[in-house]
Amino acid sequence: MNYDTARHFADSWGLLFTVILFLGLVGWTFRKGASRHHEDAANMIFGDDDNG
Amino acid sequence: MERLMMRGGAWLVTALVLLLAAAASADWAFSVHMAIACLAALIAAFASVKGFDFIGQRYPALSAQAASTYDDDLIRLGVIATVFWGLAGFLAGLYIALQLAFPALNLNLEYTTFGRLRPLHTSAVIFAFGGNALIATSFYVVQRTCRARLAFPGLARFVFWGYQLFIVLAATGYLLGISQGKEYAEPEWYVDLWLTIVWVAYLAVFVGTIIKRKEPHIYVANWFYLAFILTVAMLHVVNNISLPASMVGSQSYTVFAGVQGALVQWWYGHNAVGFFLTAGFLAMMYYFVPKQAERPVYSYRLSIIHFWSLIFLYIWAGPHHLHYTALPDWAQTLGMVFSVMLWMPSWGGMINGLMTLNGAWDKIRTDPIIRMFVMSLAFYGMSTFEGPMLSIKAVNSLSHYTDWTIGHVHSGALGWNGMVTFGCLYFLAPRLWGRQRLYSLRMVNWHFWLASAGIVFYASAMWVSGIMQGLMWREYGADGYLVYSFVETVDAMFPMYLIRAFGGLLYLAGALVMTVNIWKTIAGSPLREELPMTETPHNPEADRPAVAVPAE
Repeated sequence: MNYDTARHFADSWGLLFTVILFLGLVGWTFRKGASRHHEDAANMIFGDDDNG
Repeated sequence: MERLMMRGGAWLVTALVLLLAAAASADWAFSVHMAIACLAALIAAFASVKGFDFIGQRYPALSAQAASTYDDDLIRLGVIATVFWGLAGFLAGLYIALQLAFPALNLNLEYTTFGRLRPLHTSAVIFAFGGNALIATSFYVVQRTCRARLAFPGLARFVFWGYQLFIVLAATGYLLGISQGKEYAEPEWYVDLWLTIVWVAYLAVFVGTIIKRKEPHIYVANWFYLAFILTVAMLHVVNNISLPASMVGSQSYTVFAGVQGALVQWWYGHNAVGFFLTAGFLAMMYYFVPKQAERPVYSYRLSIIHFWSLIFLYIWAGPHHLHYTALPDWAQTLGMVFSVMLWMPSWGGMINGLMTLNGAWDKIRTDPIIRMFVMSLAFYGMSTFEGPMLSIKAVNSLSHYTDWTIGHVHSGALGWNGMVTFGCLYFLAPRLWGRQRLYSLRMVNWHFWLASAGIVFYASAMWVSGIMQGLMWREYGADGYLVYSFVETVDAMFPMYLIRAFGGLLYLAGALVMTVNIWKTIAGSPLREELPMTETPHNPEADRPAVAVPAE
């Protein structure tokens, strides 16, 4: 694979793959039931007050 | 016992090999380094035979009895190391700032020239001060959010002490003139190899602790820490691929040439900012700001979106360091566009941190540690606005190679990284040593104002100096010739250099106040007798419900 094919792969399939991956990861945080899960996660750090 | 002797023996053999390397070395600077490493190996041999808790036995205050179910000895050492290297780094910075104003301070010695002290300053503040803060807080946070003790405790000790050895080798190397000339990656090949070993051990300890967690969810701060550790490993290895000129010498040649080498260097350099000074410190922010404010982070969903946007965008921003160079135009534009897009996740993160105080804004008035965190987030916002602006090619044509860049870096480093680290140190010291609270809250307030005023003097002096310098460089007269010679721009910047040094002095003074405060907290001195932070006398006149006035 020379530079030219690598470059064209990067600006077509590579770009498409990373954009879909990014949108998927961001979209995942909006799934049904995520809010309750997020609330638990955000409050988790206050669970164990004895040890800081 | 047998294992201890084996370990001690292995360190002794290492020391012997290093001694031979020192004897056979091709240049004397390399011998000095091998001698330092040999000494470190001997100490490691001695410590492993003694059963390692050498410091804990000798100085019980350092390994205090603080009732904790977690492995906190290293974190205590890390807090002390962070304060120590911070003072060293700030002092070196003040000294070289004065050297720029008064070149006689070079002392006419090769070891104390600006060119050698400058990497000493940058590495001391970024890798020694910042790095120790990151290692210490990551070990603290990962244990608490995973409800598990550190995996591989022996390896964790190796990480801490190995990292200190890396710092000592890097710093002494700069003074001796050992450098591969890559900004923020100056240490030579053998120090790079050592850091790689230490870093892989760090990754193993961190991931091992996450794997043995008793908490189903991995808290978002750990995501940021993990991104920081993994990405720094990748950047460090790729940027430092080089061929040593001699296996017993301190000189090497990078495998990349020309513009490719420049691009690899700034891909590394900018992501050192992005993942070392941003992702790692955001991890600190996402744990310590909610803890100190006693409120959960404003939006956990936003923190995840912040994470992924930062990861996907930052890695492409490096080419903005190479505007108007031999780098292809499309690559420069790519770097600029991604830098501008980075503004979004950066401000998302800043808003997320600041809004954590929503409903508890009075804490800014009453709690000087929260004040420190809020100031650091404000500077995070300001420098991540300034950065994208400077990356725009038209702006960069004025700002590049001028002091404006220096001002930008310091508003980020002193404002964001420094302040958030100070906040974390103040949070950690009483907890790690089992004290009721810090020795003095008013001294935190003094530190806050000294540091803030110092940054304002520093950044505004560099804005004026940088923009003036840029404008003077590009000023053409009616005859078509440049109006100013280079030395005239240097002369014009003199007052700004004095103001900058004064700002640095204030910042260092603030750090000294912190050192006293943390020292007294660790020593367990009785709390300082002082007035409470706020005194708002009751005003009966104002103490009545507001009367609604109808709109006219």
